Amino acid sequence: MAWTLSQARTGIVRDALGIGIASGAYALSFGAISTTAGLSLLQTVALSVLMFTGASQFAMVGVIGAGGSVWAGAATAALLGTRNALYGVRLSSLLGVKGPRRAASAHFVIDETTAMAIARDTAEDSRFAFWATGFAVFALWNLGTLIGAVATHALANPKVLGLDAAPPAAFLALVAPRLRAREPIAIAIAAAVVALVVLPFVPAGVPLLIVAVLVAVFGLRR
Amino acid sequence: MIWAGVLVASAACYAIKLAGLSLPKGWLQDARVRWTVPLLPVALLAALIATQTFSTGHHLVLDVRAAALAVAAIAVLLRAPFLVVVASAAATAALLRLA
Repeated sequence: MAWTLSQARTGIVRDALGIGIASGAYALSFGAISTTAGLSLLQTVALSVLMFTGASQFAMVGVIGAGGSVWAGAATAALLGTRNALYGVRLSSLLGVKGPRRAASAHFVIDETTAMAIARDTAEDSRFAFWATGFAVFALWNLGTLIGAVATHALANPKVLGLDAAPPAAFLALVAPRLRAREPIAIAIAAAVVALVVLPFVPAGVPLLIVAVLVAVFGLRR
Repeated sequence: MIWAGVLVASAACYAIKLAGLSLPKGWLQDARVRWTVPLLPVALLAALIATQTFSTGHHLVLDVRAAALAVAAIAVLLRAPFLVVVASAAATAALLRLA
């Protein structure tokens, strides 16, 4: 059997690999930041394999690294993951999966696979793009995490490289594409101010949960 | 303790993904939900940036991390790749501590 792919499919595979390589590079910094925050090699790799949603992973290790409780980190990670539910709503009709295949595809519902799947002309191409991007990102995200964590473990003191100052830069790069309108910019500034104002008075990690509650109350009463 | 958090948070993130694929269409189509959910990451990431740059424990502080964030912001404005943004912030903090 000859391995022939239509032109559209070849383009999808090329784009999926490109996105996978970019995520792999980004995972290097996750591996490094997680290790600096005090997570073991196995815990760092487990987050990338099992949680597999970048912003949530960065938030979890960021909160732990800053001295917050593990549970405050876990709650923040879950709250950051809520956007994946909206992606699932968009993807469910495109993917048309049921039963065990739906349970398997759910793990790949992230920013990158959604963006690749919804940009196609046919449902078949959407499915192909979803799985191609999912496998490429999963493989390279985990490889990048492993390399970043192992390399950082080899350092006597990762703080010498300023890696403890890296998480806010990672969060900034993650939030920047979402700040293209006035409303999200206003929300971001208000959230930053509220978090700093309450910080001296509540346990570490809790300012984030207060911000989340305020956004929910503000949004749902609108 | 970290292990428990890693496993519970991973399970929660997976359940959220599966819920989107499984819930009846109407459930997440409410206009208020569709407005609120995309803003949650914006607010949380902004709060994370602020608290992790300008505080140590329960104290508000201004140190090399603010300079690192400023350099990261410039890198973002110049559309630098993710890894370059993170590395430039780390290098700024490391160099300023040497000084």
